[in-house]
Amino acid sequence: MDYVIEIMAPLIEGTGVTLQVFLISFVLAVPLGLVLALVRISRFVVLSGLVNGYIWLMRGTPLMLQMLFIYFALPFVPVIGVRLPDFPAAIVAFVLNYAAYFAEIFRAGIQSIDRGQYEGARVLGLSYPQTMRRIVLPQVLKRILPPMSNETITLVKDTSLIYVLAMNDLLRAARGIVQRDFTTTPFVVAAAFYLVMTLVLTLGFQHLERKYAVYDG
Amino acid sequence: MPSTMASPMIHARDVHKRFAAVEVLKGVSLAVGKGEVVAVIGPSGSGKSTFLRCLNHLETINRGSIDIEGETLVATGADGVCRYSPDADIRRICRKMGMVFQHFNLFPHLTVLQNIIEAPITVKGLRRDEILPKAETLLRKVGLLDKQASYPSRLSGGQKQRVAIARALAMEPDIMLFDEPTSALDPELTGEVLRTIRELAEEHMTMLVVTHEMAFAREVASRVVFMDGGEILEARSAKELFAAPEHPRTRAFLENML
Repeated sequence: MDYVIEIMAPLIEGTGVTLQVFLISFVLAVPLGLVLALVRISRFVVLSGLVNGYIWLMRGTPLMLQMLFIYFALPFVPVIGVRLPDFPAAIVAFVLNYAAYFAEIFRAGIQSIDRGQYEGARVLGLSYPQTMRRIVLPQVLKRILPPMSNETITLVKDTSLIYVLAMNDLLRAARGIVQRDFTTTPFVVAAAFYLVMTLVLTLGFQHLERKYAVYDG
Repeated sequence: MPSTMASPMIHARDVHKRFAAVEVLKGVSLAVGKGEVVAVIGPSGSGKSTFLRCLNHLETINRGSIDIEGETLVATGADGVCRYSPDADIRRICRKMGMVFQHFNLFPHLTVLQNIIEAPITVKGLRRDEILPKAETLLRKVGLLDKQASYPSRLSGGQKQRVAIARALAMEPDIMLFDEPTSALDPELTGEVLRTIRELAEEHMTMLVVTHEMAFAREVASRVVFMDGGEILEARSAKELFAAPEHPRTRAFLENML
């Protein structure tokens, strides 16, 4: 037990990094995903096609590869090439990747809304943006909570990939101690930390689902 | 029968509508005067719902013209090209018409009251307290004031449809379009909805009602239009059409229905 307390400090520090990467990525990826979904279902064929290709690229290559590319290869790309420090590079990778997944969740949600809702709004004089904002998206939010919960929890765990940029997140901190002390206890403690984080998210999403359960449909 | 045909509320001429290769409307013309209640009857697939949906631009027509209160929604020139008015005009013109759907299309995430005040606030820019008295009057009128805080899923079909009618009326339309308002209802619930529509008729609301309720058409409609195969085969006063249908297909249809 003393040992667990002794290794707490570095693990908590690592958890801080993990949480930062998670929260910033989540907060940025969700709106980007929504924008991508709206473009994807829009009647602008070219833009929609571009988003489709983007989603294919982001889902079709490993997240770790994307992260390595943004950190190591992006500086050498003409025009858009910038050298990002490790933390922003990781955020950019997570945001670009998760936005693709979120976009598909939003798209599925939006397309699950009955055409009658659009017609009902339209005959009342609502414009398309008004219909989306006031009628469609609030209903979408309820429907996509389960898949969003899935992706969000996956994001927490995926943050451990930042070890490839030599960032000290929770898992890398734990591994450092394991290698130093020749004991696997830090792994168990790290697992507990992850479980607590995902439990909080699970409860949060369950709370939202209950809140939206006041209406059916 | 109103004699305002000089300036009809709805004036549709030679409306053609195709879905892919299927011609659903083959030149439908109809004028509806102020305060008139026109029932549109006919077999399934006759194009009556499609015609109604063309009037407020839920469907786009391929040929013909539609004027609403003297304003052009769509017109076909001598060159045979069908041209719609600019989008802003379309929206303004279509706001003169309220519509009630077969499947209600209430907003499930909003309460009854919120359903009613949504468009006045969002579209007309009214404040909540400006529209609340009107919303309450409408809810009282359709007999659902006590349900204002309920979500639509808690209502019966008949109650849902009455909310939908109140919701449309909250935008103060000059014309009401009803697309089979009782077809999705259990038989014992149609009465309450028809009663509400009848009350509107008594207030001289201009209405176009696509319906399978022959008794309702006979009692409430000033004129009945019989459609079949994408055409209007007969359009006469309710009394005449039901007593002595001229067209053999009208006769066959009515015999089947009654």
